[in-house]
Amino acid sequence: MIAIKNMSVECGDFRLSEVSLTIAAGNYGVLMGRTGSGKTTIVECVLGLRRISSGTILLDNHNVTHLNPAMRDIGYVPQDRALFSRMTVRDHLAFALMIRRVSASETDGRVRELAASLGIVHLLDRTPHGLSGGEQQRVALGRALSFRPRVLCLDEPLSALDSETRQQMCELLADISRKEQVTTLHVTHNLDEAQRLADCLFTVVDGKIKPVEPAGGRN
Amino acid sequence: MSDRSSASDHENRGRTQTTRHVTLSNTVFMISLGIIGGTYLLLIAAMLTADTWYMAEKSVKAAYAANSWQVLLFENPIAEALADRKIRYSIWLSLTSCTLSAVFSLLVAVPIGYLLSRHQFPGKRLLDAVLDIPIVLPPLVVGLSLLILFQYPPFAWIARDVVYQLPAVVLAQFSVACAFAVRTMKSTFDHINPRSEQVAVTLGCSRAQAFGWIVLPDASRGMMTAFTLAWARSLGEFGPLLIFAGATRMKTEVLSTSVFLELNVGNIEAAVAVSLIMILAAVTVLVITRRWGLRDIAL
Repeated sequence: MIAIKNMSVECGDFRLSEVSLTIAAGNYGVLMGRTGSGKTTIVECVLGLRRISSGTILLDNHNVTHLNPAMRDIGYVPQDRALFSRMTVRDHLAFALMIRRVSASETDGRVRELAASLGIVHLLDRTPHGLSGGEQQRVALGRALSFRPRVLCLDEPLSALDSETRQQMCELLADISRKEQVTTLHVTHNLDEAQRLADCLFTVVDGKIKPVEPAGGRN
Repeated sequence: MSDRSSASDHENRGRTQTTRHVTLSNTVFMISLGIIGGTYLLLIAAMLTADTWYMAEKSVKAAYAANSWQVLLFENPIAEALADRKIRYSIWLSLTSCTLSAVFSLLVAVPIGYLLSRHQFPGKRLLDAVLDIPIVLPPLVVGLSLLILFQYPPFAWIARDVVYQLPAVVLAQFSVACAFAVRTMKSTFDHINPRSEQVAVTLGCSRAQAFGWIVLPDASRGMMTAFTLAWARSLGEFGPLLIFAGATRMKTEVLSTSVFLELNVGNIEAAVAVSLIMILAAVTVLVITRRWGLRDIAL
């Protein structure tokens, strides 16, 4: 469960005030809004990458407002994927588990499982250089899911993909979030993408979050 | 009908004239760039050629006078310089002190460059400006400032073991070279996407782990450039060395001071020979930087 309560944040001249949002456990929440409306800022606050002025952030009823990003247990896929240029795809999928000192056999098993789910088994020994946009997105998603986070934050993950790949990725996202039973906060400005994936849909308008009734949702 | 045709002719003529004018303007612009750039390139090539020609001329004359090609190979000014114990010592000291000062520069430049690139803190602009002081200060002033600094405690307590001793050579070289390394490292970190580091932190890394596993490997080319640049700056350092470390033969004499000392005693051949050795070292550093470091060094 993700719950943001009366959160205010200031960065330079930009300000979000009294922002509130709740996504139930296991649900797929989509946050929409125009470019510059503050969607990424909200995600960064949830991740702990940006300090908030006031308010509370709860993840599965735990107050994480002042918790270090490393302790929040959130998988993150940024807009530019930010893959680690010197690591292979296998290293990406194993990275968070290596940090957590998970045993080699368990790590190997999780890497194989994720690679199979994401269809990137054949890419395991390659570095990000030369991978297509869709492949890079799958790697970034696998890296974020590898440590079975309680929350997944996706910041415009499909914005740089062509329509066919975007459609495939939408299906993959819906499938994998259900399979992993992870509460998801997905940021996008694409209405079609939002309608396809959302269990609950929100828009950011004038620094405030408003809930919107999703037309379809995941099926 | 004829009015329309004459209007069209006029339009075509105007377009042709504009095209000609743009082509001419572009050609003049490119030729101007070529002349300005080419002149400077010619100056660099001419300086290096003059040094080499001077040495070759002397060697060939000596070989001709002795009527032996062996003179050309083994008794040319470079070979003679290399045979000189004092020059060999200055080469050894230059290689050692430049490497040490480049290592120290890198050790300081990486954290400072990272701090300046990634973090906002009070006094950041002041720190940024202060770090440029060794670059803009006249070299002699750097040496003099170091000399004065070691008059006062706590530096004065170790002045006897530093000033005009071997550590002074490294410290004088480091004082200037480090500023260049810091600029290179800041520019390197500016070009590395901070998002990768943020992702690493959300994956469970501490700041130090994210720095070590994600940022440093991406900065390796910049580190190589910073190291070689600091090394090259140290090799060319002269003013601060002369004042702070002195120019004592077989003690604090490095290659740049060798050139000065040889010129002082009127041994121009030896001075040029040592200069050629320095050029060779500088070119080697340049090749390493271009091959394994950053191609664009933004200072």
